[in-house]
Amino acid sequence: MSFEMLIAFIQQSLRLSSTLLLGSTGEIITEKSGNLNLGTPGIMAGGAISGIVGAYFYTGAVETVNPLLGVLITLLCGLIGSLVVTLIYCFLTITLKTNQNVTGLALTTFGVGASNFIGSLINSKMGGTGIAAFPEIGKAYRASLPFAENLGWFGDIFLSYGFMTYLAIIIALVVAFVITKTRIGLNLRAVGENPATADAAGINVDKYKYVATCLGGMISGLGGLCYVMDFAAANWQNNILDQFGWLAVALVIFAVWRPNIAIIGSIIFGALYVIGPFLLGLSNKDQELIKILPYLVTIIVLVIISIRDKKENQPPASLGLSYFREER
Amino acid sequence: MKKAAIELKNITKTFGSVVANKNVNLTVNRGEILSILGENGSGKTTLMNMISGIYFPDEGQIFVDGEEVVIRSPKDAFDLKIGMIHQHFKLVDVFSAAENIILGLNEEGKYDIKKAEKSIKEIADKYSFEVEPAKKIHEMSVSEKQTVEIIKVLYRGADILILDEPTAVLTPQEAQKLFAVLRRMRDDGKAIIIITHKLHEVLSLSDRVAVLRKGEYIGTVETAKTNEAELTEMMVGKKISLNIERSEPENVEDRLIVNDLECISREGVKVLDDITFTARSGEILGIAGIAGSGQRELLEAIAGLQQVQFGEISYNNPKTKQVENLRNKTPMQIRELGVRLSFVPEDRLGMGLVGNMDIIDNMMLRSYRKGKSVFLERKAPKDLAQHIIEDLEVVTPGATTPVRRLSGGNVQKVLVGREIAASPTVLMAAYPVRGLDINSSYTIYNLLNEQKKKGVAVIFVGEDLDVLIELCDRIMVIGSGRITGIVDGRTATKEEIGLLMTKSSGGENNG
Amino acid sequence: MAEIKVKSAKEPLIHITKRDDMSFSKSALVHLIGIVVAVILSALLIVAVTGQNPLELFKAMYEGVIGTSAANIGINKKYTESIHIAAILLCISLAVTPAFKMKFWNIGAEGQVLMGCLTSAFCMLEFGGRMDNTALLILTVLLSILVGAVWAVIPAICKAYWNTNETLFTLMMNYVAMTLVSYFIMVKDRSGRSDLGILNERTGYGYLPELFGRSYIFNILIVVGMVVFMFIYLKYSKQGYEISVVGESENTARYIGINVKKVIIRTVAISGAICGLVGFMIVAGDKHSLKPDIVGGQGFTAIMVSWMSKFNPIVMIPVSMLIVFLSVGSKFATSAFKVDNSIGDILTAIVIFSIIACEFFTRYKINFRKAKKEG
Repeated sequence: MSFEMLIAFIQQSLRLSSTLLLGSTGEIITEKSGNLNLGTPGIMAGGAISGIVGAYFYTGAVETVNPLLGVLITLLCGLIGSLVVTLIYCFLTITLKTNQNVTGLALTTFGVGASNFIGSLINSKMGGTGIAAFPEIGKAYRASLPFAENLGWFGDIFLSYGFMTYLAIIIALVVAFVITKTRIGLNLRAVGENPATADAAGINVDKYKYVATCLGGMISGLGGLCYVMDFAAANWQNNILDQFGWLAVALVIFAVWRPNIAIIGSIIFGALYVIGPFLLGLSNKDQELIKILPYLVTIIVLVIISIRDKKENQPPASLGLSYFREER
Repeated sequence: MKKAAIELKNITKTFGSVVANKNVNLTVNRGEILSILGENGSGKTTLMNMISGIYFPDEGQIFVDGEEVVIRSPKDAFDLKIGMIHQHFKLVDVFSAAENIILGLNEEGKYDIKKAEKSIKEIADKYSFEVEPAKKIHEMSVSEKQTVEIIKVLYRGADILILDEPTAVLTPQEAQKLFAVLRRMRDDGKAIIIITHKLHEVLSLSDRVAVLRKGEYIGTVETAKTNEAELTEMMVGKKISLNIERSEPENVEDRLIVNDLECISREGVKVLDDITFTARSGEILGIAGIAGSGQRELLEAIAGLQQVQFGEISYNNPKTKQVENLRNKTPMQIRELGVRLSFVPEDRLGMGLVGNMDIIDNMMLRSYRKGKSVFLERKAPKDLAQHIIEDLEVVTPGATTPVRRLSGGNVQKVLVGREIAASPTVLMAAYPVRGLDINSSYTIYNLLNEQKKKGVAVIFVGEDLDVLIELCDRIMVIGSGRITGIVDGRTATKEEIGLLMTKSSGGENNG
Repeated sequence: MAEIKVKSAKEPLIHITKRDDMSFSKSALVHLIGIVVAVILSALLIVAVTGQNPLELFKAMYEGVIGTSAANIGINKKYTESIHIAAILLCISLAVTPAFKMKFWNIGAEGQVLMGCLTSAFCMLEFGGRMDNTALLILTVLLSILVGAVWAVIPAICKAYWNTNETLFTLMMNYVAMTLVSYFIMVKDRSGRSDLGILNERTGYGYLPELFGRSYIFNILIVVGMVVFMFIYLKYSKQGYEISVVGESENTARYIGINVKKVIIRTVAISGAICGLVGFMIVAGDKHSLKPDIVGGQGFTAIMVSWMSKFNPIVMIPVSMLIVFLSVGSKFATSAFKVDNSIGDILTAIVIFSIIACEFFTRYKINFRKAKKEG
């Protein structure tokens, strides 16, 4: 692999990593509150398509596209869209105490279905080429730091990305800090570990679960948005976000529920996902086989943490269970 | 003149069709310790859970300092300076003591665990507690956990403290320490409620006693003006001279010989040590001890549910006259050896029975494997279910009712009935009358006596010393996983047994 | 401050308590209301996005599923096709049920079925023509079942011995299976297409025989047998009884001498084996091809079907039909109305949301604040 290729490889890995990182940071917050949200792929798709909807209406309404405004509108739409999708999950699992696995899977069906439906609608309105594209907004998302080009390989590796890449890392670091070093984080962890205890300690369990899951959903949704806007340069295609949604869920385990480890994990996952074409001499089929690695590594991590049985590395103790105070 | 800290008026709470509390009235004053006395299942904990915001009452009013309040959540309770120490500790295992203590608080200033640890130390020193604030809960002993719970409540500035069965898991020394702390708090002007069913604690600790029976409020008396007999009468409804019949053992043979048994729990703690005893046919062997001294592990080791590190469990088969070694055999292997071992575990719905299954299917638990067919045979279990319902007067809509919908006494009748139906040679029963009303309890005593007369070796783990003394032929006392003495049930006194219960706990395991 | 707030606070407006078991008729009524609500929601959604009359769309869906004319129902192609799709979904639902009943959250049915598909395709390509077709079919079905079972048993063993989280493990296994299929396709077909076209198109090696002129009638018969088998297995067999006991309480299971590890592994193996069989049915009995998304998410949908049916094999029949009605119907209807067929997923999700929400009302009672204190 030549030096240029190595740089290109690192760039691609990092670009993809932000989608995974945002997706899994959101899921970590959610799981820390005891909610196993298997609707993450649906939420990410929902966030992505909402951004596309925003882009569609904004670019349709103005003559010349203001990049900054375009970014802001799509961001806002993405956040609102993923919030709405997540709220369905919250209402069902927290208020109505439905089974989290079933609800999450149904939410993925819903989110992916809805995004495909809306995507097709927009696509057909835009000429029906199979791709809905918004180049100006994509360019704005991918704009790198102004001085990146002058710094040689250093600039290429560290500064050549759109703002979402940095935002993803900042969000992960902030979330890691909040979870481990603040009162809110302490309370949140207690809710996920032992809601009855948290409740008896005066923590509003339902409120924490709602806020954490919604916030987590919005961050995951940003991940979806990040993929279509940045990695795919504001092109919408149906069914693209499924696999990244599940990879994000896998990454949560790989990172043993720690957003700071997820930063590194996301880069590794991203690298494994994009490495194929960079390994010259590797046939197509072997490139395909490499894509197994993130899942395989996750399985190995999962098995190892269960064998070592160290209390601190386990999934939140009440993950997947709904809480009802007057249970007896 | 003492002020009423909490006043309850006409509190009623139901769970589905079960009435847990009915029109309960209660007052606790500042600067006093109030005991809430009642048998297991009399609704003490439910009542207190309504004060601490865990449950919400169906009807009735709660007054704090004379003003009516609505307590919708534990947070409301904290705001009213009410703190409860639950019997099953409400602690997060993977957190440290300090993290658990400040959990859910909205203190001013930034999150500073070091600062919290310091003020925890201060509280601990004030009441002379011992605690390591940075230690993780899952590394702690029960009494350490309880200390954390109490500090947690104090840290929140509670001046109304509720303790649910605080001594159930403590050694007498630890209990005495706790009582000293509670008295100090009372003298501080706090209102303290302790839930218990132990009379001697009530008499030695509290200023007044409120009695509940089957969810109803019976009355409150001043401790100084009452005695054990009166309290017992209030608690059970009528004066009890237990008068459990006890026949002389016949055809006594050594049936189960346990030799030098040692078990280590999953946490790596030695739960049984050097246990040697013999259970004989035609007699009831009682096991006494503070809860959690190894009784459960002992029975489970014999039943093949607990790994044994050292020692032997031998069974003399009365039919074949062979000696079988049961150590580390699975329950299946034990049965295949022809050992007729029946076991009424402490956890009835969690272990002995399946709550969501009906009586017939629960009968099958023991017998479903019979026969070579891959299909279940429901005829015999159905007959057995009918038979038990009639013979033991189980109150149930029918044999197809899920057992979780039966009351505690009826659940126990179903379980004991099934275990006896297997015509055992060894019958082990752990706390078989816990939570049962007097009538059901006597049914169980009679069943055990019947088995004894049939030549079964009965092992009875009990908590009520009066019952043990009147029912058992011999009583083995264990403390902290060791046998501290085996006494004759006909000559032993309560004091003697009480002393033995505390003996070993005063030894190496304390500290 | 806080104290004053609490003291002036009202009783909570809504207070939820647990209720006793609800009678069957009442519970059925609640679920019926749930389905009606779902239909109304769907209708509103259709009006909102398409501006079409929802009744028209439902009618088009109905015709899409049953066929254009009600007169020739018995031999109509669409009719049997829809039943076949429902049968496949039903069979996967049956497959996941024993494990679910044991509270083993196997969400890896998609991957297990896919591994069955992969094995079947492999056998058809590798052994086709080398042996008699009946022998080939037997070999294919046995190997598919075996591979499905192995795929499911790996997480089960980890669960039994180390308590590894099976939800996350089986989820990951789905994607490992998908990638393996892509890999296999690339190995077999270097042109870079994402599917292998029709396998053994000219020879028909390894195809299930046609009955009544349809290739998939055989599958429907297998599924009918499977419903009966699963109903009896769960309710009347000793193994089914053990599954219930382990699912209800592992402690009880240990107490009566059930080898919990063995039951977990055995039960999940059965789940996986049936999934493998479904994979065989899809490839050998219907599609005669292989691609990574050949299962089409039905492995996930089946989990929801099983759950909504409360693990009752008989109830699964109408539930899976309802789901297929929505997805197949919308596929036909949408082409008529020129909307994307993913609306079927949306409608399916709405129905699932409504039905699982119903459970809340059968398990809990909502008490509203009393307006005035009585007497």
